[in-house]
Amino acid sequence: MIKKFSIGLLFSLFLTISANADKIRIGTEGAYPPWNSKDASGKLIGFEVELAWALCRYIGQQCEIVEQDWDGMIPALQMRKFDAIMAGMSITDERKKVITFSQGYADEVASLAVMKGSDLEGMDTPEGINLSLGGGSVNKALKTLTGALAGKTVCTQTGTIHQNFLESGDVGKVNVRTYKTQDDVNLDLASGRCDVALAAAVAFTDYAEKSGKPVILVGPTFSGGAFGNGVGVGLRQASQLGGTLGERDAQLLNKFNKAIDQARKDGVISRLAIKHFGFDASM
Amino acid sequence: MDIELILNSFPKLLSASVTTLKLLSVSMIIGLFIGLFFAIMRIKNNIFLGKLAYAYSYIFRGTPLLVQIFIIYYGFGQVEYIRESFLWVILKEPYWCAIIAFALNTGAYTSEILRSAFQTIKPGFIEAGKSLGVPNKIIFYKIQIPIAIRQSLPAYGNEIILMLKGTSLASTVTLMDLTGVAKFIISTTFKPIEVFIIAGSIYLFITFIIHNLIKALEKKYSF
Repeated sequence: MIKKFSIGLLFSLFLTISANADKIRIGTEGAYPPWNSKDASGKLIGFEVELAWALCRYIGQQCEIVEQDWDGMIPALQMRKFDAIMAGMSITDERKKVITFSQGYADEVASLAVMKGSDLEGMDTPEGINLSLGGGSVNKALKTLTGALAGKTVCTQTGTIHQNFLESGDVGKVNVRTYKTQDDVNLDLASGRCDVALAAAVAFTDYAEKSGKPVILVGPTFSGGAFGNGVGVGLRQASQLGGTLGERDAQLLNKFNKAIDQARKDGVISRLAIKHFGFDASM
Repeated sequence: MDIELILNSFPKLLSASVTTLKLLSVSMIIGLFIGLFFAIMRIKNNIFLGKLAYAYSYIFRGTPLLVQIFIIYYGFGQVEYIRESFLWVILKEPYWCAIIAFALNTGAYTSEILRSAFQTIKPGFIEAGKSLGVPNKIIFYKIQIPIAIRQSLPAYGNEIILMLKGTSLASTVTLMDLTGVAKFIISTTFKPIEVFIIAGSIYLFITFIIHNLIKALEKKYSF
């Protein structure tokens, strides 16, 4: 009787362990609206949180969404605190050296922002530049920006494509100040400690709308080059670890790619993007 | 372990520790004067001044340093009245916000250390001075203060070391101190273990030097 009972116990224990192992844990920051953020009660909300649940339904596996500070996002993935990153993380060559990405699910442009009344308003640049394309108009715009940003304090979040761009030398030597979260950047832009800030354009329009502060976008919108190729699901490189764990990571990449295909076909990504961004940012 | 990363980031972290030491020394010097000022307020027999000094030390010892630095940096920055006043010239700079927070914080602890040191001076020393006809002012500067400083050396050495670790919070207000640069390197290399081990070792080394300096001072001024 006891033997039977303990076998049953062992079996159920095994089941819970394997069920846990099959659960996909997804890491997000919860501080980058409208991509991902938290409501007043601390619940994770936003485009990527809803998309994550949708993708999990397509994959047909249980999911858990885990909160993680941005600056520790990639190390936390590698230390297996979770299995996938969905945190507005752009697909860049630099990141691809340490992790791998699914296909992109959404794309955004970056933009500079200032407070109303700044002397950077009315900068004479094209509406948007794609750094991957290059060419005369891009070079001209970068030159205008180099002149405009000289001597200004430019604020951005640590470890982002925006910081990489500012330090790439494309706009000369800029006085960059980096912050742990986009919220902190917004606060210091509003207080006047930052002359100008760089982030996803939607991050500023979202802040302007919610805070009522006169934050306005200036200069061109940026894409390509240091700004990467859209936002995708960040995953561990399967080659980092052989065996079953490595195998599982490789399968996860396939599962996410397939799920994104289906979600795109069904119009789920577009619908969620329009809901959270106000325009179709899906890709 | 990525040995190459360790070798590459070591010089960067070493030069960042200059910022850490600057933050530490400036705030400790200002804090020492603040502490001395409030300690004297506490030992003078004036109830109002004593209560005021007690309230200061109570507030700054009773709240986390991180909260203090956030209130001074992000909090005051939100108040339009402050932004339009002359204070903004100082509060606009993250460096001075950090210094103000650190100096006020260490000042509170220093005032307690010095107060207890003053209060443990044996009355005999002061009476001896009085019986020789030494003026009260000279007794205070030549007898009470030197003895109080000697008495408080071990506790004050401890406070310097605590404050050294406290300066790591400067990175939360965008300053590139030892911790700030360590986090910056991690944000591009994604390897926290190697970088934090070096940063930690540098902190440990600075602690080692401070510890031995204080020990030497204690020996020199023992009686």
